[in-house]
Amino acid sequence: MTASPAPEAPIPLWEVFLRARNGLAHKHVGSVHAVDATLALQAARDVYTRRGEGLSIWVVPSAAIVASDPADKETLFEPTGSKIYRHPTFYEVPDDVGHM
Amino acid sequence: MATTSITLDETPARALLLARADDALVLGHRLSEWTGRAPLLEEELALANIALDLIGQARALYQATELDEDALAYRRDAHQFRNALIVELPNGDFAVTIARLFLVSVASDLYWRAAVADPLLGPIAAKAEKETAYHVRHAAEWLVRLGDGTAESHRRAQDALDLLWPYTGELFEPVRSGPDPAALRPDWEEAVSAMIARATLRRPADGWMQSGGRAGRHTEHLGRMLAEMQVLPRTYPDARW
Repeated sequence: MTASPAPEAPIPLWEVFLRARNGLAHKHVGSVHAVDATLALQAARDVYTRRGEGLSIWVVPSAAIVASDPADKETLFEPTGSKIYRHPTFYEVPDDVGHM
Repeated sequence: MATTSITLDETPARALLLARADDALVLGHRLSEWTGRAPLLEEELALANIALDLIGQARALYQATELDEDALAYRRDAHQFRNALIVELPNGDFAVTIARLFLVSVASDLYWRAAVADPLLGPIAAKAEKETAYHVRHAAEWLVRLGDGTAESHRRAQDALDLLWPYTGELFEPVRSGPDPAALRPDWEEAVSAMIARATLRRPADGWMQSGGRAGRHTEHLGRMLAEMQVLPRTYPDARW
């Protein structure tokens, strides 16, 4: 009987962000598995830019992202629902201002 | 007996184009064999992308012969193919696939850069060079990780280099026209040796080198590969899709 090999470490996950054009922000498009940052960039290029989608790629270790807890949804986001004065459409623009 | 094979008039210009085109087509087909079997989804797409780059290069080169590109790909027998033997070898394990892609892509990259000034190959070379530069990068990064990885990946990467090395000499055999491959060898040697060292692998010793692919003397593997690649157009010569 041969000894079975040690289980392989799971391959880390990376979040992929693409910037489609100059002047736009990088936008999250998905994730890739890769053993390190260099291969993560290559994998992101190979998986997410096959149809000319990007001019720039960011990859970020998924583990480095700090996310809000879905259970906190009401605490975090509901209070803004009643603050309609935070929307520009709340305000009437004086006639003298003309088009903004 | 009826045959679906073509005969062709091989001028020096066509011989040059076919050697390059067949290298690209055969390696592209080999890489496409990983589709559905790659070690991870990301690598499957990477290998498929490279395969598509290579098949695109092959198409451009076949078209430049002013013969029917489909007939060249699907209606020639093994002895009519002009590719180097290294590209027709089976994929082997992932290490063999990567080591082959690395050794061949470094040579191709140098060749395309030299061919940009060539009147016949220039426009094709300008596009191919950008693609091939990425193939080199991808294969080199993997070679380093395999060589400098676990004991098993190191062993497999070294075995792959040892297996493939006798097939590298053919990449630099002199040809009748176009850029001289032999002149590219010192640069290839330098680039390949540096990356092998980075991968903590041993550069195999130069010994007897395999040869014959450019003259149509192939390994048994090409015939089997072509049988699979060509079966549909050979069986249904007028099939359309």
